[in-house]
Amino acid sequence: MRDARTRIGDRLLHAYTWLVILWLVSPIAVMIMFGFNDKKSKSNATWQGFTFKWYGELFALTDLTQALVNSLAIAIVSTVVTVVIGTMLGLALGRHRFRAHGATNFLVFAAISTPELVMGASLLSLFVSANLPRDAVTITIAHVLFSLSFVTVTVRARVGTLDPSLEEAARDLGAGPWATFRQVTLPAIMPGVLAGAMLAFALSIDDYVVTSFVNGSTLTFPLWIVGSVKTGIPPQVNVMGTLIFSVGVLIAIINTIASRRRA
Amino acid sequence: MNPLHPPALLRGMTQPRTRRDVFKIAGLSAAGLALAACGVQGQKAAPPKEDEMKDFWADQKQNGHVVFANWPDYMPTDHGPLKKFQQETGISYEYKEVIQETAEFFGKIDPVLRAGQPLGYDIVVITNGIQFQHMIELGHAIPLDQSRLPNFNANAGESYKNRAYDPGNKYSVPYASGFTGIAWNTKYVKEKITSIEALFDPKYKGRVGMMADAQEIGNFGMFALGIDPEKSTEDDWRKAGEKLKAQRDAGIVRKYYAQDYIDAVSRGDIWITMAWSGDIFQRQLAGEPVDFVVPEEGGTIWTDNLLIPKGAANPVDAMMLMDYLYKPEIATELDEFIQYVTPVPAVQDMLRQKAESASGEEKESLLEMADSPLMFPTEADYAKLRSYTPLTTAQQQVFNPIFQSITQA
Amino acid sequence: MRRLTPYLLALPGWMWMAIFLVVPLGAMASVSLQTGNAIDGFVMTFSVSNYSDAIGGYSIQLVRSLVYGGVATLAMLVIGYPVAYWIAFKGGRHKSVYLFLLLLPFFVSFVLRTISWGFLLADDGILLGTLKSWGLLHPDFRVLATSFAVVAGLTYNFLPFMILPIYVALERVDPRLVEAAQDLYAGRGTAFRKVVLPLSLPGVFAGVLMTFVPATADPVNAQVLGGTSNTMIGNIIQTEYLINNDYPTASALSFTLMAVLLVGIFAYARVLGTENVLEAAAR
Repeated sequence: MRDARTRIGDRLLHAYTWLVILWLVSPIAVMIMFGFNDKKSKSNATWQGFTFKWYGELFALTDLTQALVNSLAIAIVSTVVTVVIGTMLGLALGRHRFRAHGATNFLVFAAISTPELVMGASLLSLFVSANLPRDAVTITIAHVLFSLSFVTVTVRARVGTLDPSLEEAARDLGAGPWATFRQVTLPAIMPGVLAGAMLAFALSIDDYVVTSFVNGSTLTFPLWIVGSVKTGIPPQVNVMGTLIFSVGVLIAIINTIASRRRA
Repeated sequence: MNPLHPPALLRGMTQPRTRRDVFKIAGLSAAGLALAACGVQGQKAAPPKEDEMKDFWADQKQNGHVVFANWPDYMPTDHGPLKKFQQETGISYEYKEVIQETAEFFGKIDPVLRAGQPLGYDIVVITNGIQFQHMIELGHAIPLDQSRLPNFNANAGESYKNRAYDPGNKYSVPYASGFTGIAWNTKYVKEKITSIEALFDPKYKGRVGMMADAQEIGNFGMFALGIDPEKSTEDDWRKAGEKLKAQRDAGIVRKYYAQDYIDAVSRGDIWITMAWSGDIFQRQLAGEPVDFVVPEEGGTIWTDNLLIPKGAANPVDAMMLMDYLYKPEIATELDEFIQYVTPVPAVQDMLRQKAESASGEEKESLLEMADSPLMFPTEADYAKLRSYTPLTTAQQQVFNPIFQSITQA
Repeated sequence: MRRLTPYLLALPGWMWMAIFLVVPLGAMASVSLQTGNAIDGFVMTFSVSNYSDAIGGYSIQLVRSLVYGGVATLAMLVIGYPVAYWIAFKGGRHKSVYLFLLLLPFFVSFVLRTISWGFLLADDGILLGTLKSWGLLHPDFRVLATSFAVVAGLTYNFLPFMILPIYVALERVDPRLVEAAQDLYAGRGTAFRKVVLPLSLPGVFAGVLMTFVPATADPVNAQVLGGTSNTMIGNIIQTEYLINNDYPTASALSFTLMAVLLVGIFAYARVLGTENVLEAAAR
């Protein structure tokens, strides 16, 4: 009796999850569609017919292509850096009681609650006074800064659920601290680290406000797009978005098949 | 304190506190220094004297390179005009589409220029208005070498020389202009709109779009009262504010838009709205059901201008490029792509000539451009168009809140 | 050595934030007490009135932002928790794939997403237009340019930031524990309430922190989806800074916002007893 009800409940939850995913994806469908729009003028707002031509002219706008490459590179680098620093910070906060605990907590909260505009403007002033040229490096620094708290908080939420006795057991058995970390702690917090990494990547690749202050003349994908709104967003942008999304879906599919094989 | 912690540990834990004290003090002093240094130094620059500028330009030489910062999509994708410039003059160019919005761009270059650092750009594009004004007043722009503007002097339309916001083209020459009027969706509004009162008409309740920008909406409020913004006073602004407030309180306005009015009116979310000529032109080319008019009471003309920022490495090359863009063939190539209002009137005929030797779709679109009052306003239109209200910084602090309190309530 | 571990772990993070957050914010705090304008410059006058003027002038937008942010956060919690639950317990081998799919739309520019929503939710567009032609909706009904649209937009844009941390906490819970609890309490509801929910609290806290705060400060959704009475404090700060070049007011507003949010978060942490939960879990 309970089995049947549980199974229906599970099915409903499963369907619900997919519903939410579909909701999140729905505007992407529109974006994909307009990448095929056979538009004659600069406006890409009404459907004028189907064409593949934009896929052929994908790299026609050199600045846009460069902007996309920049965004991807910066996102990857900043994600790696953020994950390393943020995981360390999350571990420190999540399981150790230390004197600076409160202050560190406060800093993490402060970073999250700083409005993007304030963060961008104040970073720019800092870079200018330090005579640091604004380019991909400063963008990466800024991205690490605002993603750090998100990774820290996510890892910390995970660490907060860990059982320290496992690590103690490992140490009692003679494992050094690095071995303990690698073979006991890290696997246990990996879901938190992975989730944090995905968040950091998403935050970086889609950032506009902070980047717009500290980018100098280095363009990123969101920056280019916002600038092109005035004269009309070219369909190459839609195509690039479509490709990014498709690559993501492909990765997801490959991953699914691979893990099924592993079983 | 955990009784399980060994005494050695307790001793260890007391040490960081002392070290932390040291850091604290260091930190506080650093913060103190930062605070002290933190007055944003403003410099109201005295306008450079004539002879100073002559000396400046006399010392400058052509360097063979120019860096041009512009909005995206504001130059043909193949960089045709720039490539031709390079061929003819031998000056290499770097073209950077780094401007997303005027206010943001200014907010970004201001700290750099104040610190006396170069931007890395030789030409920037700034719309006339508050930020343009700041560039001049803060001494962020280099006055142009008037002797290096032969094409500009020969080919620019009279209405583009000597604008109120930059008398004598001391600091800038126009790049492209647009004007603000009224657009409507022809599916939902069957009549031909001519008056600005249409925006205030209760029969369009909830279907009217207004612009959020204080200068844009302020102008329209004044036009509706028969006031000329270029000659307006504080009293006028307040009256305009009241008219706009009444419009808002009556629920006539659906939203105060940035540039997203264009999608809204094209789709029919709003039926009638303040709009920029270039946006409507594009949509008409795409066959969308929108139409445009400069109201009888008046419309606003704005211009994106080319300036040379302070600290530019190649000012002479910059001047040469700026002037080069005023050659009629080049201006035509530019305007064909940008589809806003060119400062070179000869472009209209050149487009027609080009249409004659073209065929099919290309011919159609060239003729559409040449014949469009949105790209080539008539004399009558020009007579109705006014610039933004000229404002000193002090006046801005009165002007802005009047209208922002309506659009940001 | 072991007791230095937390300090060493926290050091890089500390340094990064000290240099790139604390110093610049300190500078901004100083600006918030200055007077002047963009042309003549700003000087330190310790004018605390900047704060009272700013708060007084924009109290409506401030409160409105807190309300929108709060409602959106609640919505995200209600919508997102079941998703996190399902992925954590029933996601099987494909858990990370689901998470990835949740975030994938956000790898594509927010401008495109927002424009697409504008297209989808147009008054006479593909969704509403069809419903109206079937007589299911009043012809004047609209979604865009309303407070509902703004809150929905906030919910949409920050949902993964709620789901991911809750998932991360839930995934740690042993499903056999849940089964045992269900047997013990003779029902999923009670088992959930007494066992699963408390264990997921660190994740819920993290989720609320990462959504409520940015949602309240967000200017984009109000700008794109709002009507005439939906302006949020993020928009005001933007206008004051970029258009009016009134850096002191913009800074004062920002710090006020941050202070309110921090107080709220700390109060929430206290109420939830999260600190205790974390400690208990760590022991």
